[in-house]
Amino acid sequence: MAAIETIEAGPRRESRLATFRFYARRYPLGAAGAAIAAIFVLMAIFAPWITQVDPTATNPRISLAFPSSEHPLGADFLGRDMWSRIVYGARISLAVGLGSTGLGALFGVTIGLTSGYFGGWYDLIVQRVMDMMQSLPLLVMALVMTAALGPSLENTIIAISIPLIPTVARVIRSNTLMLREMPFIEAARAVGMNELSIALRHVLPNTLAPLIVLATAQLGSTILVEAALSFLGLGVPEPHPSWGRMLSESAAEYVRVAPWLVIFPGAAISLAVFGTNLLGDALRDILDPRQRD
Amino acid sequence: MPEANRLVLEVKDLKKHFPIKKGLLRRTAGYVYAVDGVSLSIRAGQTLALVGESGCGKSTVGRTVLRLTEPTAGEIRINGTDITHLNKAELRPYRRQMQIIFQDPFSSLDPRMSAGEIVGEPLRVHGVGNARERRARVADIFKRVGLRAEHVDNYPHQFSGGQRQRIGIARALALEPNLIIGDEPVSALDVSIQAQILNLVMDLQDEFGLTYLFISHNLAVVEHVSHHIAVMYLGRIVEYTDKRTLFTAPLHPYTESLLAAVPVPDPSIRRKKIVLQGDVPSPVKPPPGCHFHTRCPYAFDRCKVEDPKLREVRPGQLVACHSR
Repeated sequence: MAAIETIEAGPRRESRLATFRFYARRYPLGAAGAAIAAIFVLMAIFAPWITQVDPTATNPRISLAFPSSEHPLGADFLGRDMWSRIVYGARISLAVGLGSTGLGALFGVTIGLTSGYFGGWYDLIVQRVMDMMQSLPLLVMALVMTAALGPSLENTIIAISIPLIPTVARVIRSNTLMLREMPFIEAARAVGMNELSIALRHVLPNTLAPLIVLATAQLGSTILVEAALSFLGLGVPEPHPSWGRMLSESAAEYVRVAPWLVIFPGAAISLAVFGTNLLGDALRDILDPRQRD
Repeated sequence: MPEANRLVLEVKDLKKHFPIKKGLLRRTAGYVYAVDGVSLSIRAGQTLALVGESGCGKSTVGRTVLRLTEPTAGEIRINGTDITHLNKAELRPYRRQMQIIFQDPFSSLDPRMSAGEIVGEPLRVHGVGNARERRARVADIFKRVGLRAEHVDNYPHQFSGGQRQRIGIARALALEPNLIIGDEPVSALDVSIQAQILNLVMDLQDEFGLTYLFISHNLAVVEHVSHHIAVMYLGRIVEYTDKRTLFTAPLHPYTESLLAAVPVPDPSIRRKKIVLQGDVPSPVKPPPGCHFHTRCPYAFDRCKVEDPKLREVRPGQLVACHSR
């Protein structure tokens, strides 16, 4: 029939590897980001195999040691091996980044979706609460939270996730407001779908692209906030190796005598943030079917 | 009642008034009288076209019939059952009997679902068959609307406008409804594609014995597909008759002016020109009496005070006008 045109096929579902290759070629920067992120994830998972040195073991004889074959990234004031501390620090950063972003996104999406989709008084009240939460900057809010909850890894994650909720909720809500007026939502209603299924099947997937971009951008900033909190003594407590605390402690005192103590944790933080941002940008494009052809 | 004469849709004195909310406390400051007492009925296998200018309430009639917006007053019967006051759960089985085709083939399809998922969704929602049976049924519907079955996994953006409208039609057909409401189903398409879609719509009517409420502002399109035509002006039906009578012997002054505005391809034909003065009055404050009296060339005193009822002036031709 003349009405049928041939349609260029998108990536075929031959195998996951082929799909991955297809996208890697299209988004080289995204692939680089994914590689960086993968390195940090692998570092976190296989930390005990990558380095046999205990990251908390002190040794006064190698205090502020210059990088050498034995200690490839040198040692800090207490004589703790930097390489080992950076490898184990990936666990902390990853836990804080993924944990707080995930927690913040979970609550933010739930609040944003319900408030945007159902509207009314519920929306009005929820949005005023979000306004109040947003009037405090991320760091100040997190500071207040950790000060109240006390320093521990779990509390740091919770404290960092709470200020993320209003940011995510707003983005999701504004998207939901736009989407719920779309004719395809009305089509779902005409079919007899219930409102909750419509919100979950038609509205939520269409808010995914901005959510992924936001989440990956926030992933980087949560790592930074954790670093700042640790610097102020409220983040992940000693003896856990936190990149942020490593950086801040050394920056204050040893930047002149042992600059490697600043450079390596700083590089780790920057690289992790940079990698997740690149990955996020590519994911946004890949997850949007309109960008696929 | 014999199948051919069965009334699939009956609407009696349907009203939809949208409240206008104002201020912080959302007080109701007035109403938009979008639909203000519309009655119509369609027999099985027939197409009733609802025509009128934009803003006359024709789309609202379609949406209210489907209970996508709640009627303010009136009665809607589908295959004899009054669905006006059914709650959502009670309404669900009746949703299988009535579906809608939308105007915009772009925003009416979820960009994140494949064409197959979109067409299969009504089946899934109503629990028709298992996943494999639904897939087979979707492939079958695809063929019937002129799409290739191997395109079920493609996403809407990979189709052209005409093909997307076919997907919308396929979705409407999935549950084998009796009644399909077409809300300007071709007005967003290119003229060449319009003809294809209209022919498809008519072929499907013959094949499945479908009943259509066809909403349009385009009289040329309406002439092609409909059996009966109802002309709407500012929330009310002003004339109702069969297609042939409407185009050859219209009675309402508004219908006359609409027909005079239809372009004729032959330049040697001279027609009576009726150019209406002024704009359509606001549906927030419709004029008293006959809604059309402010623009009617034949209006007299009675028109300004008394609202003309739709009455049978000639057999099968209903007109709401005091001077006819």
